[in-house]
Amino acid sequence: MVKARRRRGRFGNRGGLAGYFFVGPSLIFLAVFVILPIMAALYYSFTFYDLMSEPRFVGFDNYAKLFDDLRYPRAVTNTLYFAFGTVPAGVITSLGLAVLINRSIRGIYTFRALFYMPVVSSFVAVSLIWLWMYEPQFGLLNTTFEAIGLPRLKWLRTANTAMLSIIILSIWKNMGLNMVIYLAGLQGIPPHLYEAAEIDGAGGWQRFWRVTFPLLAPTTFFVVIVYFIGALQMFVQVWIMTTQAGNNALTGGPLDSTITVVVLLYSNAFEYLKMGYAAAMSFVLFMIIGLITIINVKVLGYDSFS
Amino acid sequence: MAVARTEPVSTLRSEGRTWPIIRRTILYVSMSTIGFIAVFPFLWSFLGSFKTSEDLFDFAINNPSTYLPVVWKFDNYTTVWALNFGRFFLNSAFVSASITLAHLILASTAGYAFARLEFRGRDVLFIAVIATLMVPFQVTMVPLFIMIKNFPFFGGNNWQGAGGFGMVNTYWGLIIPMFPTAYGTFLLRQFFQTLPKELEDAARIDGASEFRIYWNVMLPLSGAALAVLTVFSFQFIWNDFVWPFIITKSEELKTIQVGLANFRQEFTTDWGLLMAATMVATLPVLFLFLMTQRYFVQGIALSGIKG
Repeated sequence: MVKARRRRGRFGNRGGLAGYFFVGPSLIFLAVFVILPIMAALYYSFTFYDLMSEPRFVGFDNYAKLFDDLRYPRAVTNTLYFAFGTVPAGVITSLGLAVLINRSIRGIYTFRALFYMPVVSSFVAVSLIWLWMYEPQFGLLNTTFEAIGLPRLKWLRTANTAMLSIIILSIWKNMGLNMVIYLAGLQGIPPHLYEAAEIDGAGGWQRFWRVTFPLLAPTTFFVVIVYFIGALQMFVQVWIMTTQAGNNALTGGPLDSTITVVVLLYSNAFEYLKMGYAAAMSFVLFMIIGLITIINVKVLGYDSFS
Repeated sequence: MAVARTEPVSTLRSEGRTWPIIRRTILYVSMSTIGFIAVFPFLWSFLGSFKTSEDLFDFAINNPSTYLPVVWKFDNYTTVWALNFGRFFLNSAFVSASITLAHLILASTAGYAFARLEFRGRDVLFIAVIATLMVPFQVTMVPLFIMIKNFPFFGGNNWQGAGGFGMVNTYWGLIIPMFPTAYGTFLLRQFFQTLPKELEDAARIDGASEFRIYWNVMLPLSGAALAVLTVFSFQFIWNDFVWPFIITKSEELKTIQVGLANFRQEFTTDWGLLMAATMVATLPVLFLFLMTQRYFVQGIALSGIKG
């Protein structure tokens, strides 16, 4: 014990001082720009603040207002619709892709790179590209639909399909990301399990359900949680695709059918300058995501993250 | 033994001769179809960016010759460039490079200490860092904006942070709040843990300081991990929209994603122009990705989801 401490002292990390010097700058930035803002969100959520005058304490008024705001339940419903629309379909797609490309055949790296391309481009850019493809009159999708005898759709221009169109684009954008995570999971499955299953006479389909799927359960859980948390924060697609030019920027698509929690949060903060109210929305979102994260850590264990 | 073991497996696998060929064909056809779906929107946007309004109007699905521009013209690109996209591009490059550099310094120092040095509270601090990974930016953006606006001594503010605009609409405001990188710290800690302990022990016995061990022994071995962080950070910041959108007001400071989003409001139906702008914003990251794709895969493997 004494010996160990002396050793450390002699070689420059006296009392762990060097450690603090190394982690200090990182921790300071994290504290100032991540942790402090969460506490500030809590503080401002109890105030009325428009950036001009001093914040004024209003108690739980902002939280109470959430129940009166007609757009808030709308935004919550839309956000959940988006999350439940993207996550299951997206996870199945990514798992399918990962199984498809988890083999060493010629050209496999090229295919992996192709599938990953939507992931590395920005949401602003892909939203614009899809906006053009969804264009009702000259857009690629409707012209193709017409050519093969399907009806033209209004896509983003009508309340029925606007969110669905955004869901399709979002699944396409993220399929490669979750594919790579699943691929890492697949490659962690020991090959002898498949050999054993094969000797026992299990076909490809059975091998998938009896070996692959159960062993991927932690990966699936992780992917679902992270994907779901991401979906709760959807903002850019709506901002680019269904906000009408020249109109009040607050519109959340046809009949508010695409307004999400973060779009509403953004507009209250930066259009109406209702900082306190927006902070209350932020904090509610933070609590929900925090809860999901705690469940995540409880189920997967801290080990999965270290 | 080996022969006896492989024999039954191999007979099970060869179920006739034609089957593997059919299977392989199905495999390639389905992979090509999905690859086409993944890439086609970019290709379509690329072709559209060279088309004039007439070309776009003449497009007919049953006439493949209208898929390509009649004449490949760079007019859309020169227009886009003249509409300040050169400036947006340089802003994005400068901001992304600065933040990436900060991430490399902060994440490698902290990651090294969390992996290799002993100090009181290390594990608790590390868990705290990991916990911030789960804090979404959308939650902190409102208070962060207020903090940046009220930053003391900046933009006409007094020491109490009142009176001016703080770091709003400055490069400082664009760059500094993006410095924290829990992900990078985590990634490099994972990497430093894989290096053999003998290396630093040898350096310690030679009397090297902790900083010298980090700088002269550890960093030269971390090329791959630093490359992973570089491409991840650069791509993330280049593509980031929400924060630059909130914090910039003047045209001189806007990043390329903000410029692109505003462009969509201004030129609602000029698709050729919009696609040229989209390509200017997208091609650099696609190019970076194709050059460095093995690092992307490594990065995900390193930050490892243990199945």
